[in-house]
Amino acid sequence: MTVRILIDPVACDAYGYCAELLPEAISLDEWGYPMVDGKPLPADLLDIAKRAARDCPRRAITLRERKGGH
Amino acid sequence: MSPNASETMPVTGRYRLLGHPTDLEGHLTALGPAPLPSGRQRGWREWFVSVLEASGLAGRGGAGFPAAIKLAVAHAAGPGGTVVVNGMEGEPASDKDKLLLIRAPHLVLDGAQLLAAASGARSVTVAVPQGREHVAAAVLAAMAERARTAHAPVPEEMVRPPDRFIAGEESALAAWFETGRSLPSFRPDKGTALRIGRKGALVQNAETLAHVAMIARTGPDLFRAHGLVEDPGTSLVTISGSVEHPGVVEVDRGTPIIDVANRATPLGPPQALLVGGYGGAWVGPDQFATPYASLSLRAVGATAGVGIVIVLGRDVCGLMETARVVHYLAGQSAGQCGPCVYGLPAIADDVTRLARGHADPGLLARLERRLAQVEGRGACRHPDGAVNVARSALRVFADDVRRHAAGTVCEHWNRGTQLRFPTVLRAAAS
Amino acid sequence: MSSTSLWYATRASGLMAMILLTLTMVLGLVTTTRARARNWPGFAQQEIHRRISMIAVVFLGIHVLTSVLDTYVNISWAAIVIPFTSSYKSFWVGVGAVALDLMIAVFVTSLLRARMRPGTWRAVHWLAYLSWPVALAHTFGMGTDAGESWVVAVGVLCVASVAAALAWRVRTAGRQSSVRAAHASLAEVPPKHLALTQSTAPPPGARRVS
Repeated sequence: MTVRILIDPVACDAYGYCAELLPEAISLDEWGYPMVDGKPLPADLLDIAKRAARDCPRRAITLRERKGGH
Repeated sequence: MSPNASETMPVTGRYRLLGHPTDLEGHLTALGPAPLPSGRQRGWREWFVSVLEASGLAGRGGAGFPAAIKLAVAHAAGPGGTVVVNGMEGEPASDKDKLLLIRAPHLVLDGAQLLAAASGARSVTVAVPQGREHVAAAVLAAMAERARTAHAPVPEEMVRPPDRFIAGEESALAAWFETGRSLPSFRPDKGTALRIGRKGALVQNAETLAHVAMIARTGPDLFRAHGLVEDPGTSLVTISGSVEHPGVVEVDRGTPIIDVANRATPLGPPQALLVGGYGGAWVGPDQFATPYASLSLRAVGATAGVGIVIVLGRDVCGLMETARVVHYLAGQSAGQCGPCVYGLPAIADDVTRLARGHADPGLLARLERRLAQVEGRGACRHPDGAVNVARSALRVFADDVRRHAAGTVCEHWNRGTQLRFPTVLRAAAS
Repeated sequence: MSSTSLWYATRASGLMAMILLTLTMVLGLVTTTRARARNWPGFAQQEIHRRISMIAVVFLGIHVLTSVLDTYVNISWAAIVIPFTSSYKSFWVGVGAVALDLMIAVFVTSLLRARMRPGTWRAVHWLAYLSWPVALAHTFGMGTDAGESWVVAVGVLCVASVAAALAWRVRTAGRQSSVRAAHASLAEVPPKHLALTQSTAPPPGARRVS
């Protein structure tokens, strides 16, 4: 099962907390908005990712699960 | 053929949308009635879906999404929704939908009625932007004819959203019905149906609906006799720019784009073609033989997009025209997503500097980086269009890029534009 | 516990709560969006803001509890949440009750933040802007230690820090263009040199159709 980070660009207001928590998976563009590389999330980062999703002030992050890795 | 088809097949010969009578009586005489189900005709839906699938009809509104799949998704969302005729045509360089609604409104409305019957929708709504009064009048007149003679199984009505580029994006159109603001929504799952309130909404481009109405009458084979296997049928294309006879033509899919452009008699050998609209891409002379079809165009970095071919003459600067396009697109952003709101003006600024010969040493690298950063990071494909057109400009006008970056601009960089833009540019979403 | 100890506990915990609430306010005010562009650990700050608010709540709880338990003055359980019903200094205790009610709303909604719409949570959280000055008024209105110079100094520091944080927030939010503001600036007609003019193409229907 793979998990991917999905960011709703309409909801996002560039607080940047997600990039702070997950620099391995999320970086910020020159305007402060998050860029996700789209690759599956390593298992050891899953807890932090859930934290980032829960604490996003705009609730812009969801974690997408997909059965079977790819 | 429909289980209850009349004995004659009125439409023979070439498949075409244009050139048939406009009024209801003439339309029925020339093409016969739309093969709508009579009463609770069994098997009609299965027949209609099979015809649509077999035809391979893809949407003509820009995304090229298979019409049969869109119908299936809408049907799965349950009955009672509406079929929305997307007559918004936000691309300034496109006239095909206006033309269809004025010259062939009954074809478009027949298509909507057919999809309504197949999806369980209980109404048809035509969206025509504010300000297009001649189109609105033609649609209203056609609707009145149909209502009077009982040719509208589900009620037909018209709505007038604001005339903005983004207002024709299908989720923005659906949002306008609910909130009065044309704001696209973030839809990571393309398979979910659009909704207006609790009811499903099947939004289809006006030309796509015209094809639906024709294909239902003629069967899939006549449609497939034109175009390519992977991209069948005909398409309406608006040709503009440096040409003698700008206008809308109907072409087979797969026609080489230069042949499409030549239908409008270019004033001279084109410097480049802008294919697919302002969110489309430039194509250079070495690729003028590219077939006008989705896959073929994608292979050269372009998209079929909306049926638009703009001829760029040799007496104007391609980079300057690109700067204008990107500035226009930046101003038409819905204003919801950071990468679009900040990224497009930044890209427009870089392209303008390049066009004017004011490039700093880091400009090209910065522009490439910004294009990569902005792509795919909006809720809708609007920023992707701007990225497409800018990237293709860097490729097709590479010689100009080199010269301008070094500070030498073309002699005609300051010419007026050969492109069309609305005179009044408004950015407000509401 | 003797009444005196309870009384000292009430005063001390009240003052502590006021200081911690002030710190919470400052940490909550000094946030912006797009701040990461300047490398500021916004998430860590938010965490500290939350944790200090929790400690403040603990001190607030002690303050409220000891004030009711203290038999020297009569403050009923009801009076701490229903304003102006206490028999002892009904007005200023009542002001404290108002502050407490507002803070309970802010606290509870923050605990349940994940379950409500972000807009609702934000609206309620703004009540914090109201509860802080009300709490400060209660602190000095009660009068118990308000005469002490060091207490006054603490009060002045609290006001100064919140005022500074508020001024910073207003200035930064105004200067930094939000998405809406940036978008509104796009409404202006593009630069003249782009020469966007209307097409000279004839209107549809007026042309030859193939």
